Amino acid sequence: MNPILELRDLVKDYTGQRALAGISLSIPQGSFFSLLGPSGCGKTTTLRLIAGFEEPTSGNVLIKGEVVNRRKPYERNVSTVFQSYALFPHLSTRGNIEFGLKRHGLTDIDSRVADAIRLVGLMGKEARRPTQLSGGERQRVALARSLVLAPDVLLLDEPLAALDPKLRKQMRTELKAMQRRVGITFLLVTHDQEEALSMSDQLAVMNEGRIEQIGSPEEVYLHPRSKFVAGFLGAVNWIEGVGVRPEVMRIAREEQNHGSKSFPATVTDSVFLGDCFQVAVRLNSGEEAVAQVHRSSPVFQPGEAVHVCWNPADEIMVS
Amino acid sequence: MKLRFWFVLPTWVWMTGLFGAPFAIVLAYSFLTRGYYGGVIPPWTVENYQRLFDPLYLTILLRSFLMAFAATGLCLLLAFPAALFISRSPKHKNLYLQVVMLPFWTSFLVRTYAWLFLLRDTGLINTTLLKLRMIHGPLPLLYNDGAVLLGLVYAYLPFMVLPIYATLERLDPSLPEAAADLGARPWATLLRVIVPLSRPGVVAGAVLVFIPCLGAYLTPDLLGGGRTVLVGNLVQTQFTTGRDWPFGSAVSMFLMLLVLLVVWGFLRRESELFT
Repeated sequence: MNPILELRDLVKDYTGQRALAGISLSIPQGSFFSLLGPSGCGKTTTLRLIAGFEEPTSGNVLIKGEVVNRRKPYERNVSTVFQSYALFPHLSTRGNIEFGLKRHGLTDIDSRVADAIRLVGLMGKEARRPTQLSGGERQRVALARSLVLAPDVLLLDEPLAALDPKLRKQMRTELKAMQRRVGITFLLVTHDQEEALSMSDQLAVMNEGRIEQIGSPEEVYLHPRSKFVAGFLGAVNWIEGVGVRPEVMRIAREEQNHGSKSFPATVTDSVFLGDCFQVAVRLNSGEEAVAQVHRSSPVFQPGEAVHVCWNPADEIMVS
Repeated sequence: MKLRFWFVLPTWVWMTGLFGAPFAIVLAYSFLTRGYYGGVIPPWTVENYQRLFDPLYLTILLRSFLMAFAATGLCLLLAFPAALFISRSPKHKNLYLQVVMLPFWTSFLVRTYAWLFLLRDTGLINTTLLKLRMIHGPLPLLYNDGAVLLGLVYAYLPFMVLPIYATLERLDPSLPEAAADLGARPWATLLRVIVPLSRPGVVAGAVLVFIPCLGAYLTPDLLGGGRTVLVGNLVQTQFTTGRDWPFGSAVSMFLMLLVLLVVWGFLRRESELFT
């Protein structure tokens, strides 16, 4: 299938600073794609170039196979959900959702608005102003305002960052379900690896204006191509050149020899996290490591001599 | 509590002595009878207020209102684009703001006289146009309503630019972006998003321009040449050549009441819109 959105060697410079150092990617129609990276990695710049708020220094943005570099935001069929939501404070929920439809001169505005309001579950809040809505409701208005236009790509700039942690988790599931239902391509920008892993079909990990790796969440998490990717997606212990994630690292009182790697170590700290214990150890070779240990396993005390072990198949190998 | 008292005390003294007392005096004068050589004498009367409803004075009031409205409207038309330009300029914002406030660096009286030199029959504009043979006789630029309007707009334009600038400056830049993103062309973004959201600045600017224009005295006196009598000039005449202090006071009081009503009505409507 032809990609709905394609970036080719996209470069963006701001007065002497290179924000994007040539990124290329291609997103299939109807998929959920995430750009994941730390702040300043260029992910938001990428989004702004796709939306048309800025023009690339070089390279191309293609929507449905057409180069759109010079097109203004109002000439592109993509829509953005801003981090701050950017709702129009002088307009009601309905007014905000109608805004785009009116600009496009559509006729069946009322029924489309009603559908959008039902889609995001804002029935009964049509007349409220943004200041009279909760954070979660505001986000739904922002979503509805964009989705009602049936964009080729919906761009989401850290859409969950402003919500409290509980609501954030709930909205993850909802966003993903919504994306499946409407079948619109979603491009999410986030610095939260859990968010990117849980929602995306594909994700690109970015660092310093470049893409480090593109792949499915499983590929990227289990087979990271660089130390940066491995470390950004989750905690890693680096022992003798290989990476071991805390959740596959075991701690035992005796040495394990059944096909496992095993190293003697001393417990330095043990913290109860509810679903597990987080045990910090120092290997006799001097390296530090952290293991997540199920709470049904024996409790280890700081100072205790133990063995850390893992299955070599769970190791992360990077170049 | 004690600190609070000492903190506001100077303001209280200042306001009571220099605003409250004169206000009370003018209020008292407006209910007294005119003295033979100026000043006031008993008995108390409401006759001064009854005289206000003479068509002659009502016409002056109406003209003053129209002039103030026109000046406010013209200021708004000129100030909005200027404020938008300044708020959107990536550099030199402070330079532009300094330019807007530059006229305040010299006396208002001197600047009004400068207009006289520009506009009169032998002034700079008429002489230049005559020399260029673009006109055959001097244009009547001075001593009419147009000159007064020009002077008022010139004098109060900064008071419109600054509050509008302040609201536009605070406007979340992602709002115009969101409008464009949703398909609004630049004009639609301006009319549907930027203008409605700059309303508080426009209201503040309108109040700041309308009130001094309504009571303007110097500009109509100099640029209107006494032919354009506005309510400010009426008050001034009563206290000087007219030697009718009680009537002058009554006009002042009535004007103040009208301004209060207009502004109060305006602000009440605004606060309803924004809460």
